[in-house]
Amino acid sequence: MTEPIRSPERPRVALFELASCAGCQLQILNCEDELVDLLQLVEFVYFKEAMTETSDHYDLALIEGSVTRESDEEKLRHIREKAALVVTLGSCAYPVGVPGLKNAHDPDEVGSLVYGEDAGFFPTIEAKPVDAVIPVDLHILGCPIHKDDFMRVLTALLIGKHPPVPTHAVCVECRLKENVCAFDRGLVCLGPITRAGCGALCPSYGSRCFGCRGLCDDPNVASMEVLLEEKGKTAEEIMAEYGLYNGYYARRDGGLKAKVAR
Amino acid sequence: MTGNGGSNGGAGGARTVEVNVDYVSRVEGHGNIVVVAENDLPTEVRFEVTEPPRFFEAMLRGRPYDQAPLITSRICGICSNGHVLASITAMEATLGITPTRQTKLLRRLLMHGETIQSHVLHAYFLVAPDFFDVGSVVPLAGTHPEVVKRALRLKKLGNDLCEVVGGRAVHQVAAVVGGFTHLPTPEALTAVRTRLVEAGGDLQETVTLFASLDMPAFSRPTEYLSLTYGEAGGDEAGGGEAYAFFGDHILSSEGGTIPVSDYRDKVRERVVAHSSAKHCAPGDGTATDTFMVGALARLNNGFDRLSDGAKAAAADLGFQPTCTNTFMNTVAQLIETVHCVEDSVMIIDRLLDEGLKAEPPEVEIRAGRGAGAVEVPRGTLYHEYAVDDAGLIVEANLIIPTGQNLANLEQDMWALAPQVLPQGKEKAQKAMEMLVRAYDPCISCSTHVIYLDGEGNESAGDDAGHSHRADHQGTGASGPEEVTA
Ligand code: SF4
Ligand code: SF4
Ligand code: SF4
Repeated sequence: MTEPIRSPERPRVALFELASCAGCQLQILNCEDELVDLLQLVEFVYFKEAMTETSDHYDLALIEGSVTRESDEEKLRHIREKAALVVTLGSCAYPVGVPGLKNAHDPDEVGSLVYGEDAGFFPTIEAKPVDAVIPVDLHILGCPIHKDDFMRVLTALLIGKHPPVPTHAVCVECRLKENVCAFDRGLVCLGPITRAGCGALCPSYGSRCFGCRGLCDDPNVASMEVLLEEKGKTAEEIMAEYGLYNGYYARRDGGLKAKVAR
Repeated sequence: MTGNGGSNGGAGGARTVEVNVDYVSRVEGHGNIVVVAENDLPTEVRFEVTEPPRFFEAMLRGRPYDQAPLITSRICGICSNGHVLASITAMEATLGITPTRQTKLLRRLLMHGETIQSHVLHAYFLVAPDFFDVGSVVPLAGTHPEVVKRALRLKKLGNDLCEVVGGRAVHQVAAVVGGFTHLPTPEALTAVRTRLVEAGGDLQETVTLFASLDMPAFSRPTEYLSLTYGEAGGDEAGGGEAYAFFGDHILSSEGGTIPVSDYRDKVRERVVAHSSAKHCAPGDGTATDTFMVGALARLNNGFDRLSDGAKAAAADLGFQPTCTNTFMNTVAQLIETVHCVEDSVMIIDRLLDEGLKAEPPEVEIRAGRGAGAVEVPRGTLYHEYAVDDAGLIVEANLIIPTGQNLANLEQDMWALAPQVLPQGKEKAQKAMEMLVRAYDPCISCSTHVIYLDGEGNESAGDDAGHSHRADHQGTGASGPEEVTA
């Protein structure tokens, strides 16, 4: 269980970036209506994209991005020692997000494809989520995180509460919105097994769910299987979609099937 | 100031100074400045990019064509819509799809929203602190709250415009290959139109504020590249876009245009060891060795086509084309911001006037190859794809504005160094940082990309470790002795 932030006065917050698009930290700057007040409540002591000053003393560490280099792992262990609370921002940090796509390819091949014979300059390892390296207190989900989610989590932590995390699937939110189901539009949708909280954004905009928020607590295998059979979709098609955002855990513990069967 | 360079007396009375800045702050991503000088003359200049490489071209292989916009937008959250639109444009060229007029207008609106938020963020949050001598926008919130609140209002306007069209400000969900899966309501368009019109006051005060700041004096002529249309009047069918944000041709300030599909003739990438971002050089052996893209380049190449308000803002800000002062890129961004706001109002009027109609995207999958480009806040962004007959991506090539600008930035550093070194190390450091920031570099963006089939290897690594002064450069095959590793 998460403990409240220790220094109740004005907690010191540091934001670190691993391999990411910076979209989640941008979402913090996008809290235009709250930003000025937020700066009264917490003190940002490390936010490289926005400030020159830096500090190694902080209570809350926010981490954006996936682990893609060995030096990232050292950095994370250092942060874990320094920070009372570690909270991740976005899909890259958990469940691994788009950087995890590279796990489907051989690392040497990936490097030489992009940098040619000079690939040796830029060593890389399998892309991992943060919680594969250090314990994480809380994940703020999404690609990008929603700014309301960020403010809600921060406010809860400030008063020493653990913010509630939805346990159900995106489908539940989607049905409430009375969307035409993506499967009925001939598409594959990961809504039945993906954790809710986004208001089924993508299906509501005529798209489908790509699983950016990771698996929900009890992924509904049965209904997924029925859907697959009914709609003439194969397990491979689902796995290909699942690998888009979940390319780390999809390759572990026997992948999605084993997870879902549990 | 984050500089930590050392300074020591050199042999034979020469004074060696290192002006280093590790991890330049207030830019997107991780880059270091290295300048070594003897007697105030630079002997070594580098802008090192040390971000983790991202490997997007490789990651795209085997993915379905329609996921290209989704995946490539995750290269960068700040120019996410730009990647979406470059990706869609390239994929539509690949599959032989012509977007409708309504789709083109909505895409332009989506791009304007992003340009507004990105330019405002850069000018107010990343650049302005240098002029107030503070380390970030945070102290300004205390000392100049009205300035910070105005910046936040303008930024929010850009974001909300993106949200109206694309469903969310970062990583939109409505624009796809072939069109839009969701249309904004007339009510939402009308509401955001009202706010765009009301932003006039904030824009004017922004212009007044930046007109009062002393941009450093600097001049280094270079080649400026931006998009344009092959047709003289711009894109009539697409609603009359004429300024440089979209286009099917590349326009050079040295004269002449070439089709975007021939971009490789103009933009050649090479690997340098100190940078996980590839550098670019003109591929056609034109006179200047490096080139610049971005707001300054667009304004220098397309000033006449700006909206009236943007031209008035340029007059207030003392901007005249052709401007060769790189520091004026920030000013150019503000002029473009005015243009984007005014053009957005015009687009919304057209959309409301003509009435929005559902146009479900239609895509026929076929094997092919195609390239497309859009002007994102930092410059021209190229995407190129090849897909197989199942619609799976077999090759991808992405050329990022910051990568195109890195070689030009290093040439600017060579030119600026003798000007600022006599002022002492601290001032020189700050000037170098300000120069880097003027480019608005997006380093995350530039660290991942590309050759198809390893072409470009012939130039790879030939200047590993150092950049060369332009006057010595030629093809970069061998550098002057004192800067060769
Ligand atoms: S989760 Fe998505 S938005 Fe956030 S940093 Fe990663 S790619 Fe960007
Ligand atoms: S499968 Fe997808 S589209 Fe269908 S109800 Fe679930 S979330 Fe909505
Ligand atoms: S619908 Fe799925 S992919 Fe879209 S935001 Fe929600 S969880 Fe992410």
